[in-house]
Amino acid sequence: MRGLFRFLLKNYAFLLFLLLEVLSFTLIYNFNSYQRSKYLNSSNKVTATIYNSFSAVGNYFSLASVNRKLARENAQLKSLIADLPYIRITPYSIVSKAEITDSLYRFISAKVINNSVDKQDNYITLNKGSKHGVKPDQGIINSDGVVGVVIHVSESFSLGFSVLNKRWGASAKLKKSGTFGPLAWDGSDSRYANLTGIPFHVELAVGDTVVTSSYSSVFPEGVMIGTVHSIEMPPGDNYYKIQVELAVNFRALSYVDIVENLKKNELKALENRIVK
Amino acid sequence: MIRILLKYALMFVSLVLVQVLIFNQVQFGGFFNPYVYILFVILLPLSTPRYLVLVLAFVLGFIIDIFSNSLGVHSAATVFIAYMRPLVIRIISNREDDKSDYPGLHQNKLIWFVSYVAFMVLLHHLLLFYLEVYTFANFLTTLFRVILSSLFSIIVIVLSQFLVFRD
Repeated sequence: MRGLFRFLLKNYAFLLFLLLEVLSFTLIYNFNSYQRSKYLNSSNKVTATIYNSFSAVGNYFSLASVNRKLARENAQLKSLIADLPYIRITPYSIVSKAEITDSLYRFISAKVINNSVDKQDNYITLNKGSKHGVKPDQGIINSDGVVGVVIHVSESFSLGFSVLNKRWGASAKLKKSGTFGPLAWDGSDSRYANLTGIPFHVELAVGDTVVTSSYSSVFPEGVMIGTVHSIEMPPGDNYYKIQVELAVNFRALSYVDIVENLKKNELKALENRIVK
Repeated sequence: MIRILLKYALMFVSLVLVQVLIFNQVQFGGFFNPYVYILFVILLPLSTPRYLVLVLAFVLGFIIDIFSNSLGVHSAATVFIAYMRPLVIRIISNREDDKSDYPGLHQNKLIWFVSYVAFMVLLHHLLLFYLEVYTFANFLTTLFRVILSSLFSIIVIVLSQFLVFRD
């Protein structure tokens, strides 16, 4: 017994080292089930406040480009209104073109206060939270296209997976043929993502448009994702390996819109009934 | 004693802020990800009890993890170099030299400090980047990222010694 105590005392540094490493690895594994790490991410009050006040400084440098973008978006929206004279637009809700296909979306404008592109799993922190109506599983888009999806919400901030995150992929389709497949990022280049699940018989060409499919309740159908950059036909496989050039420039994100599908619950309830 | 505690507390906070607000935002094609916050572990006095070095390293890594949404990755890498620190120092030191307790650039020879920093940064970045990717696929790409980022971190850390935390 005494020998054991002496051994423990002599090697306490090694044992403490082992303990802390085991703790770290447990954290790495458990972060996957992200419900458990509710407060240990950058949308918690302290970290988000720091990011928020710091991004206020950096924002002045991007004012010019944000202005240009807003002006362009305004012009697009105005032409959209001209197409849809019968839809009433209230100040807080813009009914998207998707109204025609019988589904209703609301958009919440948010500022990106932290964003990374070079990690293996990239996240976006936004300055809107539960008190503004943001909930997990809502899509994030900007005027160029799909940005990501919300996973965590605190009172006034939220955290989302960006498209550049290996743990999440959008449901995409080729605009021309309507063939759909999952979009996934491989962790290397922030400009490209991969589209899989498109069989060889589908005709496609470099430059084809890739948009969101209608099979997910996260995004409206037809939101821009990117364009086909390169096409490979791996031997012995039935599916193309398609590299998609993303429409959104993730290095220069400033303002985004969070998409709320107002009929999501109804849709979920219906689907659940079929499953049971 | 109070002065030393205050100094290290200040160093801790400023390194965390500089890391998450400035260096985490440096984005050059995914190959340069400098991590300079480990300067805190590097500059702890050599006489600091080992348990304290380990615990402080864990807390530091944990806070960086929360900011970067990578729970556990930075903690694991930082605790690892905290444990390896006495070994690294033994390897690069001559027995005849009497060393100062503070392992800064001005208290030691330039070559000693640079090799000390280089060892620590390389060990840290190796573990960190492979844990982050969590696979040995693309082994060489990750190794390339480790080497470029390490070079960047080493240069920043050595240069910082001419400006702050000199003694």
